Amino acid sequence: MARTGPTSTARRTLLWLGIIFIALAMLLGSGAIWGSASWAPKLALDLEGGTQMILTPKVQGGQSITDEQLNQAVSIIRQRVDGSGVSESEISTQSGRNVIVSMPGTPTAETRELIKASADMSFRPVITAGPGAATTPDKMLPDAQLPVPKAAPTNASDENWIDAALYKTFETTSCVPPVTEVPTNTDPAKPVVSCELDSGTKYILGPVEVPGKDISDATYGLQQGAQGATTNQWSVNLKFNGEGATKFREVTSRLNGFLQANPQDPRAQFAIVLDGRVISAPVSQAVIADGNSSITGNFTEASSKSLADKLKFGALPISFDIQSEEQISATLGGQQLEMGLLAGVIGLLLVVVYSLFQYRALGFVTIFSLVVAGALTYLAIAILGWTQNYRLSLAGVAGLIVAIGQTADSFIVYFERIRDELRDGRGLVAAVENGWRRAKRTVLASKAVNLLAAVVLYFVAVGNVRGFAFTLGLTAIADLIVVFMFTHPTLQLLARTRFFGEGHHFSGLDPKRLGAVPLYRWAGRFRDPVQISLGARGAAKGKNSGAQAEAERRQTIAERRLAARQEQMAGSRGAGSASAGSQDAAKENK
Amino acid sequence: MTSFATFGNELYTGKRSYNFVSKRKIWFTIAAVAVIVSILIPIVRGGFNLGIDFRGGSEFTVSDVKDTNSGIGERAVTEIVPGAVPRVANIAGNTMRIQTDKLSDDETLKVKAALITDYGVQEDHVTSTFIGPTWGADVTRQALLGLVAFVLLATLLMAFYFRTWRMSVAAIVGLLVVMITTAGLYAASDFEVTPSAIIGFLTILSYSLYDTVVVFDKIRENTADVERSTRRTFAEEVNLAVNQTLVRSINTMMVAVLPVASVLFIGAYLLGAGTLRDLSLALFIGIIVSTFSTIFIAAPMYAWLRMREPVLVKQARRVSQRRAAEKATDDAPGGTAEVSV
Repeated sequence: MARTGPTSTARRTLLWLGIIFIALAMLLGSGAIWGSASWAPKLALDLEGGTQMILTPKVQGGQSITDEQLNQAVSIIRQRVDGSGVSESEISTQSGRNVIVSMPGTPTAETRELIKASADMSFRPVITAGPGAATTPDKMLPDAQLPVPKAAPTNASDENWIDAALYKTFETTSCVPPVTEVPTNTDPAKPVVSCELDSGTKYILGPVEVPGKDISDATYGLQQGAQGATTNQWSVNLKFNGEGATKFREVTSRLNGFLQANPQDPRAQFAIVLDGRVISAPVSQAVIADGNSSITGNFTEASSKSLADKLKFGALPISFDIQSEEQISATLGGQQLEMGLLAGVIGLLLVVVYSLFQYRALGFVTIFSLVVAGALTYLAIAILGWTQNYRLSLAGVAGLIVAIGQTADSFIVYFERIRDELRDGRGLVAAVENGWRRAKRTVLASKAVNLLAAVVLYFVAVGNVRGFAFTLGLTAIADLIVVFMFTHPTLQLLARTRFFGEGHHFSGLDPKRLGAVPLYRWAGRFRDPVQISLGARGAAKGKNSGAQAEAERRQTIAERRLAARQEQMAGSRGAGSASAGSQDAAKENK
Repeated sequence: MTSFATFGNELYTGKRSYNFVSKRKIWFTIAAVAVIVSILIPIVRGGFNLGIDFRGGSEFTVSDVKDTNSGIGERAVTEIVPGAVPRVANIAGNTMRIQTDKLSDDETLKVKAALITDYGVQEDHVTSTFIGPTWGADVTRQALLGLVAFVLLATLLMAFYFRTWRMSVAAIVGLLVVMITTAGLYAASDFEVTPSAIIGFLTILSYSLYDTVVVFDKIRENTADVERSTRRTFAEEVNLAVNQTLVRSINTMMVAVLPVASVLFIGAYLLGAGTLRDLSLALFIGIIVSTFSTIFIAAPMYAWLRMREPVLVKQARRVSQRRAAEKATDDAPGGTAEVSV
């Protein structure tokens, strides 16, 4: 058997499809046995229920939270939750004060942290540092010796920021257990006292020099060492926007100046402050001009990822406490899903009946292709549920039912092209190859539109729309795989069977029913229709003989017959069906 | 009945032909009227009937219930506010959460009383509060942003693929007609606008452009070297392409609409209001309108945009010259086989 013929190519393609299936099934299977995967797709909040958390803002005393702050908080929490998967959580406000987050499943400790932590990061220069414990009363400076600013501070590192009150706070603050509570809502334009809990150090920090909003992106990874080798230390890598990069360069060059003058000067350090705590206070070893910085602290992989995720979407205007966390049942009864699935089954049956009526035996190719597409989508949904936390909502189920139509359209486009080729008088094997070449372009171009919609909406939109985009993209890809790897190879093989190849009445590809030109009547054997039409057209319209072959192939039957007649070919008037056809065509002239 | 295959054959050869392109004035007028009516419907009705997800609403919490049947809560609300679509969920053991559209103070008190009697709990076990939208302004803004980005990129993609910006323009005009009429018809149904309906609407955007690209690809094939041919004018070639893909368009519409119709039927008649009904109604209208828009608006629009190009005007003149010449020399029966467009 020829190894490069269409038959063996078709067989190989089908084999590859089988391999893809086995690989996906094995992936999911091993996930189900050793991991947290399950064979059934995960269901979303509306179908399965989940957890409802009520978050109350952490404000002191009678302070209230404005509508603007609340909406901002909802928006940022939504982005953070979306950033961690495609689970379609519901985030809303309650009583104009609380935020309600409802998410499917049970949230992990990281998710809780993700939704409630403010993640307000800022960069402040260190003015002075000291051991973490509160100064014992006998060691405290007497009131008369407390520092008094001698002049207005000139920059954020200036010691003139320290006044008596600030120094008193510094003395009484404890950064070792029992740790002094962090004051919320510190003024970015004023100096603060802050703790680095990991090392038990306390600092007096200057005003904020680079605010967190200047961070344009945050990633995490292992720290690169001086020689470019990867160290074992996890770090969070920050990228600043233009403004942030400029400020960062100014600060690091000033701080580096302190280091050059005196290597022991605490003012060479800048503190990275997160939610009022110093997470690290590195010494400014060099001037950083490119707006990229990395933070190393006491990070693990999980904590560096969690911090990067939070920083990416900006700080919440305020921190929240989780007031209550309760299981919540599905908002849609099980009846809705059952009815939806029932509707899907009925719809699918209608499609089956319609395909068989329209395409007869070829309809079975549609049905099997849809089954393959369905199985592929199912595996993909189950795997993505495991790896991406993709969950199927009722809207998603309905989206999948709609996808039946779009998937079937690829086959319809293809079948109609094959029929067109048959009408032009080609044999089935050639018609399948030619029809495929033309259908392929159409299918690719039109699926590109669907994929574009999916990708754009996935990256731009938030919430439910994102989940929808995911489903849309998933079905478009499954569709492409099926058309290329199942429907086409199957037709290539079927075209060589007697039932289809000889155009059985029920094959759906009966040339007689399709009104194909009976070339063999006057040429004895099958002839390549391209050759015939070229000759005929060439003789009839010499000036057009240079037109492309594709244009020639697109001649209508009536035209080809007309050309043939004009060529005065023997018996052209006598051939019953041909003449009848052209007279019918002529009658249509108005 | 003529069999569908014969119908397809006749469309393919041009023996049977519908005048999609030459009667474009009629279609454009119909579309313009449909668009104006669709814009007027929501205005006359005072805007879209936005649901709880967009406007927020009232929430009741009933604790210590003996029966966690959600039907009780649904009935308690619909007794007081007919037509409301309450969402009832069971929270942690025996607490019920009932959410519904924003109620007036009077209604709130009545619903509260109904919940107390229906669930048979003590008065202090029912609390009410108001909740904000889950689909807030930020979600809408991002969705719109995504929409605009998609339409712009799709325009570029089509202009690049088809090598003519006119196809993009025609496709986008068709898309606008679909968007506006689908939204208008949805508003006319007076169904509540829910996130499901919006998602159905977005599906339609992608479906509509998809359908147009399939038909335009055939037009591209048919008109690839129309300038050198005297067989048909440009407009006739476009019309033939639409006719030749008509069987595909009908089959695709049927296959796409059948499952949606089944979801709509079950959603609307067996389940009443909810995700399935909203989504499938938007899809049902949208798929049918999309198919019509491609055939009656987008394709004729493309022909119209291009047929006045000098090259194509010249080509059309050559076609009519050839036809006149053939008529003069060849008066034999069945002499010419042209397509009347």
